[in-house]
Amino acid sequence: MRNILRFKFVSLVGLLTAALLIVAMGSPSQTPIQNQQSAAAAPQSPANPPAASPSAPGALAGSVASTSGAPLQQGGLNVVVLDPAHGGTDPGARGTGGMRESEIVLGFAMEVRRALEQQGFQVVQTRQGNENPSFDDRSATANAQRGAVFVTLHISSTGLPGTARVYVNSDLAPVTDATGLIPWDRAQAPFLGLSKTFGDLVQGFLAQRFKGSPETAQTASVRQLRTTAAPAIAVEISSVTVEDRADLDRMAPGVADAISRGASAFKPSYIVPRTPGALP
Amino acid sequence: MTPRWKFLFAGGLVFILLVALIFVPILRRRMKRAAKLQQQSEEQARRELTQPITINPGDPRIKTKLFWASDTIDATLVPVTVELPLSNDPVVRSKQVLNTLLAGPVDAELRTLPPDALLLAFYLLPDGTAIADFSEALATSIPSGIASEQLAVNSITRTLEANVPQVQRLKILIHGQEVETLAGHLDLTGAFVVNTRTQAGSVLNKGELRLDTLGDDKPQAPPSGKMAPPSAVPAPGASTPDKAPGKVAQPERKP
Repeated sequence: MRNILRFKFVSLVGLLTAALLIVAMGSPSQTPIQNQQSAAAAPQSPANPPAASPSAPGALAGSVASTSGAPLQQGGLNVVVLDPAHGGTDPGARGTGGMRESEIVLGFAMEVRRALEQQGFQVVQTRQGNENPSFDDRSATANAQRGAVFVTLHISSTGLPGTARVYVNSDLAPVTDATGLIPWDRAQAPFLGLSKTFGDLVQGFLAQRFKGSPETAQTASVRQLRTTAAPAIAVEISSVTVEDRADLDRMAPGVADAISRGASAFKPSYIVPRTPGALP
Repeated sequence: MTPRWKFLFAGGLVFILLVALIFVPILRRRMKRAAKLQQQSEEQARRELTQPITINPGDPRIKTKLFWASDTIDATLVPVTVELPLSNDPVVRSKQVLNTLLAGPVDAELRTLPPDALLLAFYLLPDGTAIADFSEALATSIPSGIASEQLAVNSITRTLEANVPQVQRLKILIHGQEVETLAGHLDLTGAFVVNTRTQAGSVLNKGELRLDTLGDDKPQAPPSGKMAPPSAVPAPGASTPDKAPGKVAQPERKP
């Protein structure tokens, strides 16, 4: 009897030990994976949920433009909408010594504004101070104007310092809206040709002033330009990597001159749309 | 009875001792490993998780063109040819070339993508649209700017174009989410045209015309009288069926 009990007990202990060993061998290989999974799962919460709703296709540029239902203004192109990029909580590119793109472009905008006003243009800015309107708010400022062109100002964080590049939007699929209105999320599509003409002019003047800059405007999928229903360009100046901010600020008069000369030269090829939402 | 209890007690003690002997070293090892893991960045942990897409040495070695930055001309790409054993499966092949692209060239200065960025997933739809899901590092570590962001996307699309003919278009996601821009400039809401046939061979075209936001190869004609005459246009407010006019969403911008 005692022997049987002892045997039972010993075998029970043996079984338990074996089971424990198996569990012990199996589990450590799982732990790093579990850790990784929790690490991978954690950052999902801060990811932007609103990113999935960047543009409402149903909203029409025409409806924005129609807010200024005034009769046709004479004289073709007369407004330049200047967009100092970034601002507010978004400093844009950051360089040495706390240099912020959002601040520098605001200074550039003042200079460009002065040059344009001397040429007789009316200037509208998408922001005056350190605010950060959304891409659509900025586009809306331009889309509410008639006879306007749009210029968004940027400082890059790469590239040969002392050069400037003009970008126009990449090709957008043709607008095939039966109503003849321009979908908001592709508002730039009908203006691409005019944007390219305007961009090439400004880039030409920039190339004369800043050696090493390209001769013609580049294309890029710039988000800001896509929703803008006007000839629209982005001007990007290189770069925040300069050691002294004064090196960038020195470029402002040259950039201002090139943009105002470009706008003046573009004026004859620009025809004001006769009705809000219609093509020029 | 007493000797039996004694025996059981001794057996129990031995058992506990055994358990302790087995578990103490394991626990210690686990603690060490956990500490090491905490030191590793989240990105590195994910890199281990996504590691399985490695290169199979059994595959035939193929000359692979990888597009990295040019060291002579500003903001342009040049192809670097590397021999890699590539799979015939377009998805595996895309992962292989993109991981090699992410790993970067010998000269780190010529990188187009941040070193800590990872390809998390890659899918290919039957219509030739590919979806590449990158980690946040692609958006947060890239130098902000039109030129740098365009160069990054161009290096991805052109590398895919050169090596994976099945991919026609590319949609880029950041950590599984659709985002408005890469780092504040470049539009990621649409799909980029990958297979551009028309422009094959021109290498130093400074990123021109490589990226359409929608899947149409043909360049958009200059504005023409395509639209209905203004008189035929109904009141603008009447034709916004789904959404209110004037765009309500306030997309968050990356700082």
